[in-house]
Amino acid sequence: MTGAPARTTVAQIISSMRAASRSPTDVTKAALARAREVDEEERLNVFLARADKSAMNAARDLDRDARARETAPLFGVPFAVKDNISVEGLQVSCGSRILDGYVAPYTATAVERLRDAGAVLVGKTNLDEFAMGSSTENSAFGPTKNPIRPSVVPGGSSGGSAAAVAAGVVPIALGSETGGSVRQPAAFCGVVGVKPTYGRVSRYGLVAFGSSLDQIGVFGITVSDAALALRCIAGRDELDATTADVPVPDYLGSHPEGSEGSAVSLKGLVIGRPKEYFPKELDPDIAKLCERALDRMRSLGAEVRDVSMPHTSLAIPVYYIVAPAEASSNLARFDGVRYGLRVPGDDAGLRGMYEATRSRGFGAEVTRRILLGTYVLSAGYYDAYYRKAMQVRSLIADDFRRIFSSGVHVLFTPTTPTTAFPFGARTEPYDMYLSDIFTCTANLAGVPAISLPIGRVGGLPAGGQFMAAHFDELRMFQAAFALEAALGPEAHA
Amino acid sequence: MSARDTVVGVDEVRHVALLARIGLTDERALALTHDLNTILAHMEVLRGVDTRGVDEAAGVGAGGMRLRKDAGPPTPLAAPPSEFAPDMRGGFFIVPRLATHDGLDASASGEHSE
Repeated sequence: MTGAPARTTVAQIISSMRAASRSPTDVTKAALARAREVDEEERLNVFLARADKSAMNAARDLDRDARARETAPLFGVPFAVKDNISVEGLQVSCGSRILDGYVAPYTATAVERLRDAGAVLVGKTNLDEFAMGSSTENSAFGPTKNPIRPSVVPGGSSGGSAAAVAAGVVPIALGSETGGSVRQPAAFCGVVGVKPTYGRVSRYGLVAFGSSLDQIGVFGITVSDAALALRCIAGRDELDATTADVPVPDYLGSHPEGSEGSAVSLKGLVIGRPKEYFPKELDPDIAKLCERALDRMRSLGAEVRDVSMPHTSLAIPVYYIVAPAEASSNLARFDGVRYGLRVPGDDAGLRGMYEATRSRGFGAEVTRRILLGTYVLSAGYYDAYYRKAMQVRSLIADDFRRIFSSGVHVLFTPTTPTTAFPFGARTEPYDMYLSDIFTCTANLAGVPAISLPIGRVGGLPAGGQFMAAHFDELRMFQAAFALEAALGPEAHA
Repeated sequence: MSARDTVVGVDEVRHVALLARIGLTDERALALTHDLNTILAHMEVLRGVDTRGVDEAAGVGAGGMRLRKDAGPPTPLAAPPSEFAPDMRGGFFIVPRLATHDGLDASASGEHSE
């Protein structure tokens, strides 16, 4: 299969149901059938668990709910969730053997809020183990294939959620971001991916990886889909003390449903083009697509300003110290006592059981990062690595603060330096880490970012990225709406 | 980025694995030694960055973790301690006397101490 499978947007689904030509049951049945098809016939390995029964029950309840039909913003819209986000009664495997048999006893706030908005969960999607990876090749349950071209990776770590949207199973899905795990697979699969501001969305129910970086993000077929989903899940949550009490604007206010394709003025918008995101290693065809996108935005009235963010090249070393350090602490809880897998050790002692369980339960990349994190936090190395990295992280955040206080409203960059690569193409860990080079800066600085399709290179999707100041998702979406409309079908050609 | 010699030996990897409670075979320990050295070599670039006077990740979040005011009553319990404590005296929990304290306090009587 090549090209883009048939996809139905949130707006199209909702209008079909408001016109009563389809019911939530019809829509849910179709999504579940497509979910089976992509895994059982097309062998894409998108879902780790399907929620057929609870989905049909929810859909039947919605069929009878006339009030929700008129008011629920995601009435009957099917969605998928990355399998490191908890949903009561369903497995949460994190793509790892170590959580074998573990069933979540409660539901993540983001999932609750999507359900409250009328959306129907159809399944849990594949991921790199504990969200550590950029291709889904690190899943203990085998990689997901890219629906656009199954011989290449879908990106990661939220590759299953990106593929579920790209393959036309669902119009929206939840993923999680620590260094680009929503935007990078969105770019590789030709869909929209959003990482909100740190503190914008509750992480209650998300299995922790790097707590100062983690955010739940959303995928959508269109910018509107993603904006609507984020609008539903954003905001203060008493169950996550890091959520901010900042009002959530109506992201769709300036871009009502159904207005796709109409030109939007960008007069007054200042777009920064940071030269460090256009290095000589960048695929020249992706660079050309970025320049085309910038030209389109200029023609809509935007001012494009060349800017410099001098600490950008340090982001990968900083990220791969900070994130593994936090992961080594967060993943200490998986020891065979409280969750999932337990492997008795040779010497029958408690330490032997810990070591055997963690050795058998964790895959190669997770083990590598736990050891790296333990090393950089250990006595004698803390100052040289971790403390230094946290200081440089401050400098990276200062780059953003300086740019956004100089009159620049949003930054525009490529999302990834290359398009999706073949399975097995990146065997050296650091080569894989470089996939996050343009995305992990937003996580380190805590700012919001979005990736949207800007064209294709050799038949594979390429993504363009907007980044904005803390909690300025509204302006980020306005720029993305305008670019999406300006590119039209060229975004997927 | 400066080239550097191997700085993490296999014994150090084994020590870190011990701290992380992960069992390693000899083969895996060697492979991880190679990986860690390769990765850490890329981190060397940070050494050359002037960070004098720079705070650690100051202001990275949009306001950071919010703390409640350092005032007011403690977090309320669902039930007062006297309802679930086996024994209380003067607002303190009464716990079993440690055998090692026997004879240390001639004034203590009974089998409990405060």
